[in-house]
Amino acid sequence: METRTEEVSRKTKILQALEDQNASVSFDDPLENDMVLNMGPQHPATHGVLRLLIRLDGETVIGCVPEVGYLHRGYEKLAENCTYHEFIPHTDRLDYLSPMNNNTAYALAVEKLLGIEAPPRAQYIRVLISELARISSHLMFLGSLAMDVGALTVWMWSFREREKEYDIFENIAGARFTTSYTRIGGLAQDVTPETLAMVKKFIDEFPANLEECEQLLNKNRIFVGRTDGIGVISRAQAIDLGLTGPGLRACGVKHDLRRANPYLVYNDLDFDIPAYEGGDALARYYVRMDEMKESTKIVQQVLAKMPVGDVHAFKPKKVLPRKERVYTKMEELIHDFMLVNLGVEPPVGEIYNAVEAPKGELGFYIYSHGEGYPWRLKIRSPSFVNLQSLPTMMMGGMVSDVVAIIGSLDPVMGEADK
Amino acid sequence: MNNLVVERLKARFGESKIEPSEFRGELALIVPKESIVEVCRFLKEDDELKFDLLADLCGIDMYTPVKRFGVIYNLYSLKNKHRIRLKTFVEEEDPTLPTVTSIWGTANWHERETFDMFGIVFEGHPDLRRVYMPEEFEYFPLRKDFPLMGIPGSIPLPKK
Repeated sequence: METRTEEVSRKTKILQALEDQNASVSFDDPLENDMVLNMGPQHPATHGVLRLLIRLDGETVIGCVPEVGYLHRGYEKLAENCTYHEFIPHTDRLDYLSPMNNNTAYALAVEKLLGIEAPPRAQYIRVLISELARISSHLMFLGSLAMDVGALTVWMWSFREREKEYDIFENIAGARFTTSYTRIGGLAQDVTPETLAMVKKFIDEFPANLEECEQLLNKNRIFVGRTDGIGVISRAQAIDLGLTGPGLRACGVKHDLRRANPYLVYNDLDFDIPAYEGGDALARYYVRMDEMKESTKIVQQVLAKMPVGDVHAFKPKKVLPRKERVYTKMEELIHDFMLVNLGVEPPVGEIYNAVEAPKGELGFYIYSHGEGYPWRLKIRSPSFVNLQSLPTMMMGGMVSDVVAIIGSLDPVMGEADK
Repeated sequence: MNNLVVERLKARFGESKIEPSEFRGELALIVPKESIVEVCRFLKEDDELKFDLLADLCGIDMYTPVKRFGVIYNLYSLKNKHRIRLKTFVEEEDPTLPTVTSIWGTANWHERETFDMFGIVFEGHPDLRRVYMPEEFEYFPLRKDFPLMGIPGSIPLPKK
């Protein structure tokens, strides 16, 4: 009894000291109140600048409101004031973990509007770079999810692999990160045999290196315990919320645009669409691991099948001419001047073209008035749509699951905020 | 598939309400704004068509005196692996449209984005807030009369 009185008097003294500093103190009973936790926009586990407002009852999540827009740069407005060629570098900055996919998706959309097609070699190279970018993006997912749940080694190992891929991208496009490699009707330049040898070496070694990472995680009690049954979303909910990509395939829906509406040369290539039941974080991890193996298969086939030939479509008033011809030929100089200054002249019309990006369906909707600038360009970014299912996944989970769920959804804010 | 969609819709809603057009093999249908919700519900629930995924919903500013703003619904059928587009127009003086959030949950953020960028109000939307711009921002940036450089002073900077 005596110690209790002593304690009370000590507490009163502390409060008194606070009062003396003109601070007002009020105590709520924590058991009678929900707590609102503000997470982000500056938080290492939110993969950029995602902000979450989470309502907690004890440690249980009973509400979640994602707030986006901290990286909004207004690309759709910018696109209306760029020629079709000028917008290519901006697509790098959408999903900055797989810029090659964005370049390809944008080029395909504009080509569909113009009604042209890249030559076969360019199409094979586009598949090659898209799949390499998919591996690189999924490696980032692998490393960050593992790190979010406490396994730091996998982060190091997956970054070792990504580093090799960035060396390849540097050789292909001249830049490691912001590649801007595709052009309308083709590619910036052809790949060299040395680069293909690098790709071959990387892709031969990659399965064994991925296996190493898998061994660290697949039977790891902590990893499995922190992802199994966490962030569950049912198939019906996922479709209702527009979830695409690995998130949807983890709910047992075998939907992949590479097979559903084939583009480029995916029809000639042999690969499977991995799908898992469960719809939890572990299933999303398994889907991505299998996708990396399928991508490895695709790259092997592309290397074997790639035809020789030009990588630019010969459409003088639509496709930028080769630089060496611009400097030596009058005709090409005129075309180059017209294309750079006035832009391509597309027909009047509207198209939507989507590809299967690592995060899901990446689509470009273009409305053209027949001018060199798009009248409206809408980017259907998978991360923005996928983030909508975050509250459903989190509901009823624990506060420590929040980072695992964000990690398993793998949003990229550059794309979500446009 | 495109013909089938047009046939079914015309049979259900009448010739005059559906205006189909095709470009590069993509079907686009112009639908009056009064019947947009019924058309969407029909397309989603019809067993043969089954457009169960709302891939995208976006606005467009045509910058014309009548029918200034358009809203585009990009539907995808997982069963038929087919994509169509619905379009509807609203007037500048009355940019309102009924919401489709009751049909597809994903329309929630898409409609918020369209409201944020074009000022099109979706009636019956559960939580129509701005999604990208700050809540106190007064303009709609993707309207054609909003300048590319922005409006100086429209976003208050934080005090030092």
